Amino acid sequence: MTIIGWIQIALYCVIVVALVKPLGWYMTRVFTGEWTPLSPVLRPVEAGLYWLGGVDPKREQHWLTYTVAMLLFHVGGFLILYGVLRLQAMLPFNPQEQSAVAPDLSFNTAISFLTNTNWQNYGGESTLSYLSQMLGLTHQNFLSAATGIALAVALIRGFARSSMRTIGNFWVDVTRCTLYVLLPICIVYALFLVSQGMPQTLSAYVDATTLEGAKQSIAVGPVASQVAIKMLGTNGGGFFNANASHPFENPTALSNFVQMLSIFALGAGLTNVFGRMVGNQRQGWAILGVMGVLFIAGVAITYWAEANGTTGLNALGLAGGNMEGKEVRFGIVASSLFAVITTAASCGAVNAMHDSFTALGGMIPLINMQLGEIIVGGVGAGLYGMLLFVVLAIFVAGLMVGRTPEYVGKKIEAREVKMAMLAILVLPLMYLGWTAVAVVLPQAVASIANPGPHGFSEVLYAFTSATGNNGSAFGGLTGNTLFYNLTLATSMFVGRFFMIVPAMALAGSLAAKKSIPASAGTLPTTGGLFIGLVVGVILIIGGLTFFPALALGPIVEHLAMTANTLF
Amino acid sequence: MLKEIRPAIVLLLALTLLTGLAYPLAMTALAGVIFPKQAQGSLIEKDGQVIGSALIGQQFTEDKYFHGRPSATTAADPEDSSKTVSAPYNAVNSAGSNLGPTNKVLIDRVTADVDRLKAENPSAPVPVDLVTTSASGLDPDISPEAALFQVPRVAKARGLSEQRLQQLVRDHSQGRLAGLLGEPRVNVLALNLALDAAK
Amino acid sequence: MDKVKTRKRASRSAMFDPSIVLPAAGQAFVKLDPRLMIKNPVMFVVEVVAALTTVIFAKNVVQGGADLGFTFQIILWLWFTVLFANFAEAVAEGRGKAQADTLRQTRSNTKAKRLLIEDNFELYEGVAADQLEQGDLVLVEAGDIIPGDGEVIRGVASVNEAAITGESAPVIRESGGDRSAVTGGTLVISDRIVVRLTASKGTSFLDRMISLIEGAARQKTPNEIALNILLIGLTIIFIFATVTIPSYAAYAGGSISVVVLVALFVTLIPTTIGALLSAIGIAGMDRLVRFNVLAMSGRAVEAAGDVDTLLLDKTGTITLGNREATEFRPVRGVSELELADAAQLASLADETPEGRSIVVLAKEKHGLRSRDMAELNASFIPFTAQTRMSGVDAGASWVRKGAVDAILNHVDGGGRPRQLASGNAARAVAAMSEPAREIFAIADEVAKAGGTPLAVAKDGRLLGVVHLKDIVKGGIRERFAELRRMGIRTVMITGDNPMTAAAIAAEAGVDDFLAQATPEDKLKLIRDEQAKGKLVAMCGDGTNDAPALAQADVGVAMNTGTQAAREAGNMVDLDSNPTKLIEVVEIGKQLLMTRGALTTFSIANDVAKYFAIIPAIFLAFYPQLQALNVMQLASPQSAILSAIIFNALIIIALIPLALKGVAYRAIGAGALLRRNLLVYGLGGLIIPFIGIKAIDLAVTALHLV
Repeated sequence: MTIIGWIQIALYCVIVVALVKPLGWYMTRVFTGEWTPLSPVLRPVEAGLYWLGGVDPKREQHWLTYTVAMLLFHVGGFLILYGVLRLQAMLPFNPQEQSAVAPDLSFNTAISFLTNTNWQNYGGESTLSYLSQMLGLTHQNFLSAATGIALAVALIRGFARSSMRTIGNFWVDVTRCTLYVLLPICIVYALFLVSQGMPQTLSAYVDATTLEGAKQSIAVGPVASQVAIKMLGTNGGGFFNANASHPFENPTALSNFVQMLSIFALGAGLTNVFGRMVGNQRQGWAILGVMGVLFIAGVAITYWAEANGTTGLNALGLAGGNMEGKEVRFGIVASSLFAVITTAASCGAVNAMHDSFTALGGMIPLINMQLGEIIVGGVGAGLYGMLLFVVLAIFVAGLMVGRTPEYVGKKIEAREVKMAMLAILVLPLMYLGWTAVAVVLPQAVASIANPGPHGFSEVLYAFTSATGNNGSAFGGLTGNTLFYNLTLATSMFVGRFFMIVPAMALAGSLAAKKSIPASAGTLPTTGGLFIGLVVGVILIIGGLTFFPALALGPIVEHLAMTANTLF
Repeated sequence: MLKEIRPAIVLLLALTLLTGLAYPLAMTALAGVIFPKQAQGSLIEKDGQVIGSALIGQQFTEDKYFHGRPSATTAADPEDSSKTVSAPYNAVNSAGSNLGPTNKVLIDRVTADVDRLKAENPSAPVPVDLVTTSASGLDPDISPEAALFQVPRVAKARGLSEQRLQQLVRDHSQGRLAGLLGEPRVNVLALNLALDAAK
Repeated sequence: MDKVKTRKRASRSAMFDPSIVLPAAGQAFVKLDPRLMIKNPVMFVVEVVAALTTVIFAKNVVQGGADLGFTFQIILWLWFTVLFANFAEAVAEGRGKAQADTLRQTRSNTKAKRLLIEDNFELYEGVAADQLEQGDLVLVEAGDIIPGDGEVIRGVASVNEAAITGESAPVIRESGGDRSAVTGGTLVISDRIVVRLTASKGTSFLDRMISLIEGAARQKTPNEIALNILLIGLTIIFIFATVTIPSYAAYAGGSISVVVLVALFVTLIPTTIGALLSAIGIAGMDRLVRFNVLAMSGRAVEAAGDVDTLLLDKTGTITLGNREATEFRPVRGVSELELADAAQLASLADETPEGRSIVVLAKEKHGLRSRDMAELNASFIPFTAQTRMSGVDAGASWVRKGAVDAILNHVDGGGRPRQLASGNAARAVAAMSEPAREIFAIADEVAKAGGTPLAVAKDGRLLGVVHLKDIVKGGIRERFAELRRMGIRTVMITGDNPMTAAAIAAEAGVDDFLAQATPEDKLKLIRDEQAKGKLVAMCGDGTNDAPALAQADVGVAMNTGTQAAREAGNMVDLDSNPTKLIEVVEIGKQLLMTRGALTTFSIANDVAKYFAIIPAIFLAFYPQLQALNVMQLASPQSAILSAIIFNALIIIALIPLALKGVAYRAIGAGALLRRNLLVYGLGGLIIPFIGIKAIDLAVTALHLV
C-alpha cells in the first residue's frame, strides 16, 4: 500500500460525498415533480409520452398497482431483448454478421439485463451485433436502472408519507428518471468517454497489420453510449468480454476514476433524496455513513491483500503486489478500489479479473454482494436493500430503548418485519442453495476453472453475483452452459423480484401508517450510535448466513496460500 | 390493473426507441464530429495502413521490440470449433487468465517466465507485470521498470546503446495524471514505433 | 411524593422458590407435547431435530455406529435445550399460580344470598356463587364475601378488598356515584348492600385476574408476533446455512454427520430468546400485578411502553387532595392579626382539612391558640352547597368565610343574589364598595398564583382573604422531569380556571394543562394527540371518564371507580393511585427492553459459536482451518459439545433476567441504547467465548469425549 494509493481512495470518497447533496437536491425535485433547470426542454417531451401512453401523471397508485405496472413493464422489456438477441442475424447494424444468440444464452442474458445484473455469459465483441448492444442492452440498461430508482423513491415515499394509500405513479417515476436524470447525464458522460479514447462508431471491426506483420482484428462499436449508462445505472454488463479492463472500455486512469464515481453517484445521491423526503437530511447522511464505514473497511482489506500479493508470486521474488489479471494503467490501487466499488454497488463492471485476486482480496467483493449490495448499492436497489436492513436493525435494537421500534416516525411492527425478512431470506436461499447443487453436480463441476477451494469460490461467487444482481464474476467459471444459464437466470430473477415485491409491500404498509413525532424517548437514527448499530446488525445477521461457505472458500484458501499450499 | 397495460406497451416502446436507438445513434453522430479519431478507435496508420490502435496492445515476440505483458486471450481452434487455443492479443475476444492465487498452473507459468527473464537480464529484479497476464489480454502498457528491464535485450538486437534506449523509454513513460491518478506506464506500441523511427 | 408502595407478596417474590421450581420442572416435560410446542416455533424446531437425531441414534445403537457416546451427549443436550425453555415458561407461569389458586378457592366457597324480590331484603335464597347469573341481585351483609362483580344499587358498606388489592384498609362502597362498583371475592365488613351482578360466569374480574396471573389467557402481543417473525426468519436462514454444508463438504472431499450439523443448527438459531420469549411476557404481566395493576391484555402493557402523552388529573395526582391556608391578606384598615383571629374563629369547628389548616396557620403565624367553642358560647354554621360559606355565630356577633362572591352577598345583607357573572362583572365591580373592590383584587392575585381565595367577613365588615394553596406533591416535579427525559409529555387535567391551572402547572412542571376540562374536552384532547400519531395514557374513575378511558391507548381505571370506568379502561389500578401511571409506563418499557436485550444477546452469541464449531467440523479435510479455532478448544468433538452445552445452559442462566426484566433508566433513548448495546450486544459477543472455553476445559477434564 502506498500513500499515493490512499490519496486516490480519499479523493474518490471526497468527490462522492461532494456529489451527494447536489444530486440529492436535483433528484428530489425530479421525483416530487418540481421545476428543474431541464424542465423547459423536457416537460413537453414528458407530457407527450404521458399522452401517448394514456398516463395521468397526477393519478397515484396503490403499492400493488405500482408493482404490477413495474412487472408488466418488465415482461415487455424481456420480450424485446430476447427477441432482438434471437433475431440479431436478420436485423440491421450487424457488420460482423454475428449469428443468432442461442436460446438459453438469450434467456440468461435477457433476464440478466432485465434484473440489472448484467451477468456476461456472452462475450460482447464475439457474440452480439451492434443492434443487440444498442436496442437490446443499452436500452435495458436505462430501464432497469430507472426502475430501480423508481422503486427506491416509492419506498422513500412510504417512509415520508403519513396515512396514505398510494406510493406514487410508476410510469411517471420511470419516465422522469429516464428523461431528467439518466439521459442528460449520459449524453455528457458518453462524450467525455469518447474524448478519453472510447470508440463510438457503427463501422465494422478494424483489421490491422501489427509491427511484426501479424494480423490483428480490433473490435470496435458504439461503446461509449452504452458504457455511460452501464456505469451510471450500475448495470455493469460490458460491451466487451473483458468489460472495464478492456482498453476501449476504460482507456485511461481518468476514465477509470470517473467510471468509479459514476457507479456510486446516483446511489449515494439517493440517500440524500431519502433524507430530504423524510424531512431530515441527517437521516440520509446516517444511511450513507453506514455505507461508508462498510465501504472503507472493504477497500482497506482488499487493497491490503492485493498490495501484499500472493505467497506464490512473492516467493519468486516478484514485488509490486498481485498483478495477475490487472491492467498496468490502473495498477493495484485502482483495481482494488474498483472491485470493492463495483460489488458494493450492484454494478458488476470489472477493471481487473476478480478470479485472479488474492483469497481475501476476492472475499471482500463476495461479502459485499452477500450482504445484499447495500453499500451504496445498485441505483435504487441499494437504498431499498439498505432500508430493509435498517428496519431489521431498528427492530432488534430499538426494543432496547423500551418502545415499539420506530424509524423516521414509522412504527416497525409485524408486517414490516415480515416483509423485510422475506426480502432478505431469498438471497441466501438462492446463492447457498444453488451453490450446494452446483458443487456436487458433475456437469456443473466441469465448468469450474480453478482447483481446490478457489473453484468453490468461483461457483459461490457466480450465484452470489447473480442473486445480488451484480454481474461481476470469478470469470474462470464457464457460465455459458445450459445448467448455469438457467440456474443463474433463476437466481437473478428471484434475487431481483422476490426482493422488490416485499419491499413494495413494505412501502405500502409504511405509507398507510401515521407518522409519529420524535421525542426524547425515540431511538436517535442520525448519529454514530445508529451507524454502529446498523453496521453491527448487517455484519452479524449477514455474516452468519454465509460464514460456513466463506470458510470453505476464500478463508481456507487464504490460510492455504499463506502456507504456500497449491492446488 | 388492466389500464396499466397500455402504458406498459406504449411507454416501453417509446422509451426503447429513445434510449436504444435515438440516444446511441445521436451519440455516434456527435462523437464522430467532435472526437472523430477517438470514436473510430484511436487507430494508428503507417504508410496508409492501419497498424493497430494506440489503446490496444499487440503481440511482440521479436528481440528487437519491447514486449508487452503476457496475454491470456484465446481464439477458436481452427481444427475443432468447440475448443479454444491460445491466441495472445486477440482483440476480438478480450479475456484474462482467471487463474487463482493458489492455482499450480499459474505458479508454474510464472516460474517459467521468471526463469526465462532472469536468464535474459540477470542484473535486475523481474518486474511483476512482465510475468502476469493482464485483465483484458490487450493491455497496451507495461511499467517503466518492465521496459527498462528489456533494454539490454533490445539494445543487443538493434545494436543501439543502452543509454539511448533508456532515454527513449523515459521519454515515452507517462506519469500519473496530475501526479495522482493511475500508474506510471509505457505504451509498448508507441515505444516500438519510436524505436523503429530511431533506427 | 411518596414512592408508590409495592406490596410484594412474599410467596411469589422468591425467584427460585422450591414450591414453584419443582412443579415447573414437571411442567417442562408436560410441555414437550408438540401441540403445545408449536406455539413457539423456534423451540419446536429444536424439538423436531432432537427427535430426529434420537431416532438416528437409536438406529446407530442397534446397527452399531461410531462415536455413540458423543452422539448421545449431543442428543441429551438438545433435549435439555427444549426442557430448559419449557422450564423457563413454567417458572414464569408458576409464580402467578399460588395466588390464582387462593383466589379460585375464594370463589368456589362463596355462598350468595340471591334476592327474590328486589325491595325485600329478607326474602332471599342461598346459592353457590358460581351458580349466579348476570343481572342477579344479591344481598351482601357484614361478614359476607361479595359473590361476583357488580354494582351497588342499594346501601352503603365498608368493604375489605385485600383479596384483590392486598390492601387491608377497608373502602366505602355505596350505591350511585363513582364508588358503586364492587369486585367478587372481596369482604363486606360492615352494613349491608344489594349488588346487581354485572359479569356473567367465568368473565368476572376475579376470573380474568386468575387467568391473567396464570398466563392461561395469554395471547401473543403485536410486538411479540413481530419478534416471532424475526426469529422464524433467522431460523430459516440458518436452515439454509446448515443444510447446504454437506454438499460444500462433499466438494472438498469430506463429510459431516447429521448430529454435528444438528448441533451447529441448534446453536445458531436464536434459542436463547426463543426459549425465554413467553416467560418475558408472562413476567411483564406479573410485574404489573405486583404493582397492583391489572392489565386486561398484554397489548396494553406494550402500549404503555410506547406512551407519548400522559394525561393526569390534577387533584390527587399532581396536588394533594387538600388545599392548605398559606397566607392572610387583610384589606386596608384591617390588621393581619384581626383577619387571622376571625378566620380562626370561623374555622374552629370546621373539620375540613382546609379549615384545620387555617387554625394551624393562625397559630403558627400569630400565636393564636385555638379556643373552645363552648366557652365562647358560639354555634357553628356548617358549609352548604347553597350558602357556599361557613362560620360561627356567637350571640349578635358572627364570622363567615367562604367563596368571595358568597361572602360579598352576605355582607351586602338582604341575601339578594348578586350577579357577578361574565359580562356584568366589570360593571358590578365598579359599583362595589371600596373594600369589596379590594377583596376582588386580592382574590385575583391569589388565583393567579394558583391558589384559591377565601373571603372572610365579621359582623358585616369585610376583613380580607385567606390564601388557600394547592399543595403540589413533593417530588412530583422530579418525576415529570424524568418523564420528559423518557420522551413523555405530561398534560394536567383540571376543573380550575386557566389562571390557577397555569400557576399549578408551572409549579408542578407539567408540559401542558387543560383547564376547566369537561369530559368532552378530555376526549377531544386524546383524539387530537392520537391524530398526531401519539399514544395517550390516562387514568380516571368516574362514569364520565369512560369515553376518554376507552379512547386512550392506555386507560387505567381506578379500582374505586365506577363499573363503567373499569370496563372502559384496559388496566385497573387496584390501589386507585393515579400516580402509578408512571410506573405502568416503566413496566411497559421494561418488557420491551428485556425482549430487545435478550434478542440482541442471542444473536450476538452466534459469532462465538461459529468460531467453536466451524473449524471443528471442517478440520478433517481442511486442517488449515485450525487457525479459526481462536478459543483453542481441545478437540473437534469437545468444541461441538461445549457449544451445545453453553447454548442450553445460557437459557437457565438468563431465566432470572427474563423474569426480573432489564432495568429501565430515564436517561434518554440514545444513552439507554448505548448502555444496553454495550451490556447485551458486546456482552453477547464476548461471554460465549469465555463460556464455551470454560465448558471445553470442563468437558476435557471430565473426559466426556
